[in-house]
Amino acid sequence: MTQYDTPGRSVTAPGTAPPESGPEPPDPGPEQAAADQAPPLGLHTEPSDKDLLAARLVPARHPGQWLSAGVVLVLFAMLVHTVVANHRFQWPVVGDYFLRGSIMHGLELTLWLTAAVMATGYLLGIGIAAMRLSGNPVLRGLSFGYVWLIRSVPPLVQLLFWYELASLYPRLSVGIPFGPEFADFRTAHLFSGILAAYVGLSLDVAAFAGEIVRGGILAVDPGQREAARALGLGEGRIFRRIVLPQAMPAIVPASGNLLIGMLKATSIVSVIAVQDLLYSTQLIYNQNFLIMPLLMVATLWYIVLTTLLSIGQFYVERYYARGRDRQGRPPARGLWQVARANIPLFGRVAGPGPVGL
Amino acid sequence: MAGGERPLVRVRGLRKSFGGNVVLDGVDLDVREGEVTVLLGPSGSGKSTLLRCVNHLETPDAGFVEIGGDIVGYHQNGARLHALRSRAVTRQRAQVGMVFQQFNLFPHMTLLENITEAPVAVRRLPRKQAAARARELLERVGLGSREDSYPRQLSGGQQQRVAIARALAMEPRLLLFDEPTSALDPELVGEVLAVIQDLALGGMTMIVVTHEIGFARKVADTVVFLDGGRIIESGPPADVLTDPRHERARSFLAAVL
Ligand SMILES: Nc1ncnc2c1ncn2[C@@H]1O[C@H](COP(=O)(O)OP(=O)(O)O)[C@@H](O)[C@H]1O
Ligand SMILES: [Mg+2]
Repeated sequence: MTQYDTPGRSVTAPGTAPPESGPEPPDPGPEQAAADQAPPLGLHTEPSDKDLLAARLVPARHPGQWLSAGVVLVLFAMLVHTVVANHRFQWPVVGDYFLRGSIMHGLELTLWLTAAVMATGYLLGIGIAAMRLSGNPVLRGLSFGYVWLIRSVPPLVQLLFWYELASLYPRLSVGIPFGPEFADFRTAHLFSGILAAYVGLSLDVAAFAGEIVRGGILAVDPGQREAARALGLGEGRIFRRIVLPQAMPAIVPASGNLLIGMLKATSIVSVIAVQDLLYSTQLIYNQNFLIMPLLMVATLWYIVLTTLLSIGQFYVERYYARGRDRQGRPPARGLWQVARANIPLFGRVAGPGPVGL
Repeated sequence: MAGGERPLVRVRGLRKSFGGNVVLDGVDLDVREGEVTVLLGPSGSGKSTLLRCVNHLETPDAGFVEIGGDIVGYHQNGARLHALRSRAVTRQRAQVGMVFQQFNLFPHMTLLENITEAPVAVRRLPRKQAAARARELLERVGLGSREDSYPRQLSGGQQQRVAIARALAMEPRLLLFDEPTSALDPELVGEVLAVIQDLALGGMTMIVVTHEIGFARKVADTVVFLDGGRIIESGPPADVLTDPRHERARSFLAAVL
C-alpha cells in the first residue's frame, strides 16, 4: 500500500547510487513488483532499448481522487446515520404502511396513468415530429405552434384547465358549425379528475416527445433515406425500418428522462384529488399526522420505480447500439460491469499491475 | 449496337436549377440497352444531379427522362404530363438501381437484411427466396461468408460491393453509379471496379460517374463529358479520351490523368 503512494523515484536524483542492473528474473513477487516498477537507472548509464522494453508500465496515480472519495464517504455515512438514527423518521411506521392496500392502489394508479400518458403522448409526439418535418407549411406551422403553446404553460395550469373546462363550456356538442347538432354532452361529466389528468399530461408529453423524436430523426444521415428511396421503398416503410431504428439511439436516453420525469410528475394530480401514490399517502397522514414517515413511503416507492426504469433503459439502449461499433454486437458488458465502471469508488481497475486497497 | 432500336434511357432537354444556380442546362443523352456510359466532368458540373434526375430523386424543372418508354415521374395523357403519386414513382424507381459514393448501407441491419429488405418489401418475394438470392449475390461480389456481419465491420471496398449486391437484388434494368470508388483507399478501388466490369460483361446497362480514366477506357461504350450543366463531348472512349476537341475536356483529362 505505502509503496504505491510514494512518488516514483526520480532518475536523476542526486546521490542515488547506480545499482546493479543485470538481466532481471521476470517473476518478481507482489511485494517486489512495486520496488521494481522504476528500473533503477544510474546517472551515467543510458537506458538501453532492452531495459526500456523490460520496464514495467506504471499507471498514473490519483491520490486526490482517493482523498476526496474518502471525504465523500464519511459525509455520506453521517447523512445515513442521521436519517436512520433519528427516531422522528419513525421507520417502523414506514414499514407498516409500505405495503398497505390503499398505498398499493395509489401505486397502481400512478403506474398505469404514467403508462397511458406516455403511450398516448408518444403516439401524438411522433405525429407532431412528422408534421414538423413535412414539406407542408400548414402542418409545419401547426406543430410548431402546438409545441410552443404547450411548452409555455406549466403542466399544473394545463391540468387545472382541463379539470375546470366545464366552467368554460358547460355543454359540448358534436355537429356542423351553425348547423344541426348530432349529440351533446355536459362537460362536467366528461372531464373527471382522472380524465383531466390523462388528457392534460398526454398533451404535455406529446410536445416534448415530438421534439425528442424530431431531434433523433434529424440526427440520421440523409443518405440513408436517399438509398432507401433509390431501392423503391415506400415512405412509410422507410420511416419505420430505416429512419426510426437509427434515430432510436438518440431518442432513448432523452425518453428515459421524460418517462422518469413523468412518473414523478403524475404526483401533481393530487391537486385535483386523483388518488395516485402521493395522494394516497396524503389521505392517510391527514388523518393520523404521521407526515414524515408517510412521505418516506411515497419517496421509497418512487425510488424503487425509478431504479427499475433506469435498469430497463440500460437494456433498451444496449439493444439499439447494435451495428454501431466495429464488433457489430452490442457491448458484452452487463449492467453490473457498467455500474462498477461508473461508481468512482470501484475505480477503473483496468491497466497493468495491481491496484491498492 | 443496333442503330435503329429505341434506347433504354432517353434524356431530353433536362434543366434543373437550385435557387438561381443553373445546374443542368439542357442535357440530352441516350443510353442503349446493355451499354455502359461513363460520365466525366469537373466537380460541380452537375453529374450527381443528372443521375438523381434519372432516378427521380430530384424533379427536373424542364425536360424529361424516359426509361423503357415510360416518362420518369409522370404519366402522359395527350398533351399533358401528370405528376405521378409517390407509390407509382416508387414502382418506377424499383427498376433503377443506384450505388452511392458513401455506400449508404443500413448500419443497423446485417448484410443479408440490407440486401433482402427491398425485394421483400417492394417485389413481395418470400423471405426465404429473397435470402437465397441475397446469398448468391454476396457470393458473386466475393463476400459469401459474411451475411451476418454488420456494415461497419467491413472495409470500404467490401461495403461498396455489398451496396452493389443490394442494388442487384432488385433486378434493375439500369444501374447508376455515383463516384463509387471516390471514398475508397487506393488499394480498394480495384476490387470494386472489377465487380462493375464484371456486370458490364454480363450485359448490365449502366451509367457510371467516375474519375477512373483507365476504367472508362476499358469498360465504357460511350464517354460523356459534362461541364457547367451541358454535355460538351460525347462518343466512344477512344475518341473522347485520346483526342478531345473541347478545351475544357482536354484540361480536365490532363488534370486527372
Ligand atoms: N439539393 C441541392 N440544393 C442546392 N444546391 C445543390 C443541390 N444539389 C446540388 N446542388 C448544387 O448543384 C451543383 C452541382 O452539383 P452536383 O450535381 O452534385 O455536381 P457533381 O456531382 O458534378 O460534382 C453544385 O454547385 C451544388 O452545390
Ligand atoms: Mg457528385
